[in-house]
Amino acid sequence: MLDVVSFVPRAVAQGVPLLYGSTGEIITEKSGNLNLGIPGVMYVGAICGVIGSFLYERSLDGAQINAALGLLIPMLCCLIGSLLMGLLYCFLTVTLRANQNVTGLAMTTFGVGFGNFFGGSLIKLTGAQVPSIALSATSNLFRKSLPFAAKLGWFGKVFLSYGFLAYIAFAVALVASYVLEHTRVGLQLRAVGEDPATADAAGINITRYKYIATCLGCMIAGLGGLYYVMDYANGVWSNDAFGDRGWLALALVIFTIWRPKVSAVASVLFGGLYILYVFIPSGPAVKELYKMLPYVVTIIVLVLSSLRNQRENQPPESLGLPYFREER
Amino acid sequence: MAERQLAVRMRGITKEFAGKVVANKDVDLDIYRGEVLALLGENGSGKTTLMNMLSGIYFPDSGTIEIDGKKVTIASPKDAFDHGIGMIHQHFKLVNVFTAAENIVLGLKEEGKFDLAAASERIRQICDAYGFDVDPSQKVYDMSVSQKQTVEIVKLLYRGADILILDEPTAVLTPQETDKLFAVLRNMRDDGKAIIIITHKLHEVQDISDRVAVLRKGEYVGEMITAETTTQEMTNMMVGRQVSLNIDRPPVEMDYRMERIRVKNLTVKNHEGITKLDNVSFTAYTGEILGIAGISGSGQKELLEAIAGLQPVESGSIEYVVDATGEVEEVEQLIGMDPIKIAQMGVVLSFVPEDRLGMGLVASMDLTDNMMLRSFRDGASPFTDRKAPRHLAELVVDELEVNTPGVSTPVRRLSGGNVQKVLVGREIAAAPTVLLSAYAVRGLDVNSSYLIYDLLNRQKGNGVAVVYVGEDLDVLLELCDRILVLCGGKVSGIVDGRTTNKNEVGLMMTKLGGGEA
Repeated sequence: MLDVVSFVPRAVAQGVPLLYGSTGEIITEKSGNLNLGIPGVMYVGAICGVIGSFLYERSLDGAQINAALGLLIPMLCCLIGSLLMGLLYCFLTVTLRANQNVTGLAMTTFGVGFGNFFGGSLIKLTGAQVPSIALSATSNLFRKSLPFAAKLGWFGKVFLSYGFLAYIAFAVALVASYVLEHTRVGLQLRAVGEDPATADAAGINITRYKYIATCLGCMIAGLGGLYYVMDYANGVWSNDAFGDRGWLALALVIFTIWRPKVSAVASVLFGGLYILYVFIPSGPAVKELYKMLPYVVTIIVLVLSSLRNQRENQPPESLGLPYFREER
Repeated sequence: MAERQLAVRMRGITKEFAGKVVANKDVDLDIYRGEVLALLGENGSGKTTLMNMLSGIYFPDSGTIEIDGKKVTIASPKDAFDHGIGMIHQHFKLVNVFTAAENIVLGLKEEGKFDLAAASERIRQICDAYGFDVDPSQKVYDMSVSQKQTVEIVKLLYRGADILILDEPTAVLTPQETDKLFAVLRNMRDDGKAIIIITHKLHEVQDISDRVAVLRKGEYVGEMITAETTTQEMTNMMVGRQVSLNIDRPPVEMDYRMERIRVKNLTVKNHEGITKLDNVSFTAYTGEILGIAGISGSGQKELLEAIAGLQPVESGSIEYVVDATGEVEEVEQLIGMDPIKIAQMGVVLSFVPEDRLGMGLVASMDLTDNMMLRSFRDGASPFTDRKAPRHLAELVVDELEVNTPGVSTPVRRLSGGNVQKVLVGREIAAAPTVLLSAYAVRGLDVNSSYLIYDLLNRQKGNGVAVVYVGEDLDVLLELCDRILVLCGGKVSGIVDGRTTNKNEVGLMMTKLGGGEA
């Protein structure tokens, strides 16, 4: 029988990076930018956080870590790194109108390479025997949960056992959902993604919306990478450990049909499916089959939603298309 | 007329595209309040471009725009709104998955909380004031073309626009819907608004406008008071020379006339299972133009596509008479046949859909490549022949006076009318035995329309069986030898184009078999 009380927290921990990635990508895609660079952005977000905290921990030289700085430095580095990735993507696709698919894929390749290069360099610097860096002091700050959580039995374990970044992930998803559905800014952002010519004629600044949505999306996605290293992986960076989580986040966008609030639940589902093999006794070959499950359910959702053929359940109409006002 | 109040003064407006195509050259235009101005010109004469500069979509290369006597710079649609200018484009600027209300408030910076309910209330007030019928909570993709247009107009009024530009607003409307639109426009004119309407239909110009301004090849050639001019005079001014406004109808040569396509008891359902054609039977003869009349959506599209092999057929038969001169008639059954084979037999379909580019042409390919879409299967060589299509493209450009920088320009760069000429020209060049044409002159100006009529007549003279689906009853009556009237997918009757009249056909369109109303 599945042990729910230990299964759920692990599913959530798996789901949080996906939730960050998918929320960021949904905001981006609502502006009509199909950013396939999200896996790379999450990678860059993670390594930038690692670099920041690595340098900070080194500078301490054995002294006690300052909690505020220990949290702020990696977060700031992560946000700046992913913001730069977002700006790069926007400059290429919005300003220069480069092909979005090619740009996105190139950025994923770039981001992974960037992460592995600096990850490798840091590992060399530490001179450690194992190919990884452990930032346990910083990680302890990120993993701190409410002190009374442990006393509340299964409730504390299922709901209160996470670091603060996990709660922020859910909050961001819900806020994003509200903004998209119920505010003027959300309406205008959706219009930009659906039909930029119409939005433009209505006096909306297309370029600004695309830049801001994409950069904000990248920064949110970058936090997913940071959460992965600092919380999920206990502050241990090793090259390529992030795996295919970035692609999973992209699949999650489609699975939730571009709705962040659904993503808040679906990310846990995806996380659960991703680690199901641990809880169901199986051989190593079957494990890889289990890891396939999130993609399988995504395809099923795609088929079902195209069968129902409802206009609301389609991707933003001009997703992936560049916009140029004087184009005829 | 009382004291005329100048709303917009445009002086010396010039605009070039990509440094090659001159869309507007040194245009002067005045627009007055309380007046409907019709902007007239051939396809590609720069009417839409000129108005796009007024509404902020394009920015003029040189020239000045004054509004209410003050010189202004209109760099974006937002600037245009701020000056009270609103434009309704040929292709509606509406977001499909939004409701009417969401579309109307889109881009507005109103004070206070985002409140769709309050906006809906205001929309209802505007609708009541001018006699519109709009449901604020209806999604745009559920709306008919005419409803979408209404939403566009309400959108402008909601923003307080008092200079309204309408780009070919009637191209997609039925006559009844057009009347309704014109009534509303008159209301707005009497309310003191300045209205500019771009249209090709001269009788509409006479019907609605107070003043006519004419553009030719991007240049302003003059203006007239509508009441003091005639359609003939307007056409001459537009084209720059004397043109005949009569459509030729050469007599059918009865000696050589033979049956070509025999449609018997044809029934077609669309993919949703709705019957689009119900037990349709008729014969198309060689050397004859068979007109098909009917309210749009009465099964015209399905009928042509069934003949061309593009539409699955429920029951019935479509026979192609290969040769009837011998002892035994040689007949081929078209149903179930591959569309490529049907095309090789000489049945060509030129269908101009509402958006013009949807079927038949690939927007991002150039003229030569689009010509190749018909010929790329020819020959056994694995390499395609680009020379012949290139010549054909040049021929079409020459013969049909297509306004293009060259044959290697992507089709989407051309204006709507020119795109259509390319499509129709290519189909006719295939030397067909049956020419199925739908809406061939949709959105075309007078001169180009007459070129097309002339082409169809030449095909008829060559013994081609021409099927012409048209929207304009006047043209159908003047051009076609026989007219088949469809009503709700059924044949309402087949009448002789020479003896029938508009009233008779109109009644048959709305009521099976026509009869006394």
